[in-house]
Amino acid sequence: MAETAFTKKYFLYFPKCETEKPIVYHLVKDYNLMVNIFRAKVTPEEEGYLVLDLTGTAGDIARGLEFVRTFNVTVNEQSIGLRWDAERCTHCGNCLPHCPTRALDFKDRTTREVRFDAAACIECLSCVANCPFSACASVF
Amino acid sequence: MKTYEEINAKIEAKKAVVLTAEEIIDYVEKKGLRAAAEEVDVVTTATFGPMCSSGCFLNFGHSSPRIRISEAWLDDVRAYCGIAAVDVYLGATELRQGDPANLYHPGEFRFGGAHVIEKLVRGEKVQLFGLSYGTDCYPRREIRTWFTLKDLNQAIMTNPRNCYQNYNVAVNSSDRTIYTYLGQLKPGLKNATYCSAGQLSPLLNDPFYETIGVGTRVWLAGAQGIVYGEGTQHAGAVDRGGNGVPVEGGGTLALTADMKEMDPRWVRAVSLTGYGVSLSLGVGIPIPVLNKEILKRAAVRDRDILATVVDYATDYPNRTGKTLGRVTYEELRSGEISLGGKKVEAGSLSSYRYALEIAELLKAEIEAGRFTVSRPVRRLPVDRSFRPLAIKESERYG
Ligand code: SF4
Ligand code: SF4
Repeated sequence: MAETAFTKKYFLYFPKCETEKPIVYHLVKDYNLMVNIFRAKVTPEEEGYLVLDLTGTAGDIARGLEFVRTFNVTVNEQSIGLRWDAERCTHCGNCLPHCPTRALDFKDRTTREVRFDAAACIECLSCVANCPFSACASVF
Repeated sequence: MKTYEEINAKIEAKKAVVLTAEEIIDYVEKKGLRAAAEEVDVVTTATFGPMCSSGCFLNFGHSSPRIRISEAWLDDVRAYCGIAAVDVYLGATELRQGDPANLYHPGEFRFGGAHVIEKLVRGEKVQLFGLSYGTDCYPRREIRTWFTLKDLNQAIMTNPRNCYQNYNVAVNSSDRTIYTYLGQLKPGLKNATYCSAGQLSPLLNDPFYETIGVGTRVWLAGAQGIVYGEGTQHAGAVDRGGNGVPVEGGGTLALTADMKEMDPRWVRAVSLTGYGVSLSLGVGIPIPVLNKEILKRAAVRDRDILATVVDYATDYPNRTGKTLGRVTYEELRSGEISLGGKKVEAGSLSSYRYALEIAELLKAEIEAGRFTVSRPVRRLPVDRSFRPLAIKESERYG
């Protein structure tokens, strides 16, 4: 029975490094993964960040990530590249029309409490410039 | 009919019946106006949003030797020194020295007077740098030191314009994004921004300024303050709906309170991309239910309050007077309004959730007998209209 493919989001942190290898190419070619990059900041001689979706079977994803880790890269499945500070958020709702995926939305329309759904965030960063209270910030 | 004295006697006996401006809506509907007016003593109103005309007077006390500060920077933000020796006025919208503003458009405006005010209320340390020309009685020419709110003799928040009765809904008809004090507006009427707590907002619940006037005790960011005058740009003579509620700007309040009593939750600096810095403040004002007419007006609901939609790409900056129609706060709060048949997403700069929290806090204060209502010493004008500024040719002699 063929393993079913699924999609998951990963936040990769590259310590000040080295690799000249085309990592993404190998993920596609050798590990059979579909890669959808949301956002990247990879500059030679500096720390780097890469936020992406990987689609593939559980086995392929695990092997692909194993390969990525050999370059000293930290793979984080929980964290994403956008920080929403619940303490700073005043629940004004100004960001709502600017968030394309409703990652920022009212939890409850009556009391108008805003909540952030990290899984829905595509890191477009439009809320960063739009939040008057600096509750949204990019990690990199 | 109730008097201020009767209501305050009940508050002091911890027997006052207090409802928020949201709760009173259903209550009046259920009980009927007459019965509700007899039972309820106070309705609490509130708002939380950017109020640019805010700032504070600070007194530093005297150093040895003394200085008559003639120029001052607080964390590199310029404060006004054209008053007594060690008094300054720090305005919320003042930018930090060297801020590129909109040089690289749109500017970020990360730090300004509002941020210094927020830091002070949080109890954080702020740097004072002051210069002087020196006098016989004030010989020192320069001072650099650090202080916190506690070190100051006085820190009196003094806001010439807060609590706009109502406000425009901003949209953008042009083909590029514009950056305004009502936030980012996407081209082609893609989004709309409003800024009011609607049915909770103080002056929308007292549209003719019958109970909120000069001398009214208010809750300003957790401190007990007062209305010290009509706010700048106060204009009671505006278009009003059938219920008497203004459908545009209208009245404003000048507020003051001791910053040392404030809670940092309700004093929040705002950076508006491409526009500038502002300060968001929480304000709560009790409305004493003196009679059923006052209660009727305080029971106003979002669907009966209108706001005017204005195009901030052309009509607002050029002051053409043209408007794009009116919408209710019920529509605005639904997150979508309809403009000429087109659906437009609506966002708010004012936090209804925070306003609700403040209305509840004030209610609790009154119920506990700690906050009484006050009879205004003077009513705010209802008949004053708003004067524009004429650009005149210079006058010549002869
Ligand atoms: S704009 Fe900022 S403060 Fe307002 S709801 Fe969104 S995240 Fe919260
Ligand atoms: S980064 Fe984009 S998708 Fe994510 S919360 Fe902000 S506006 Fe929404």
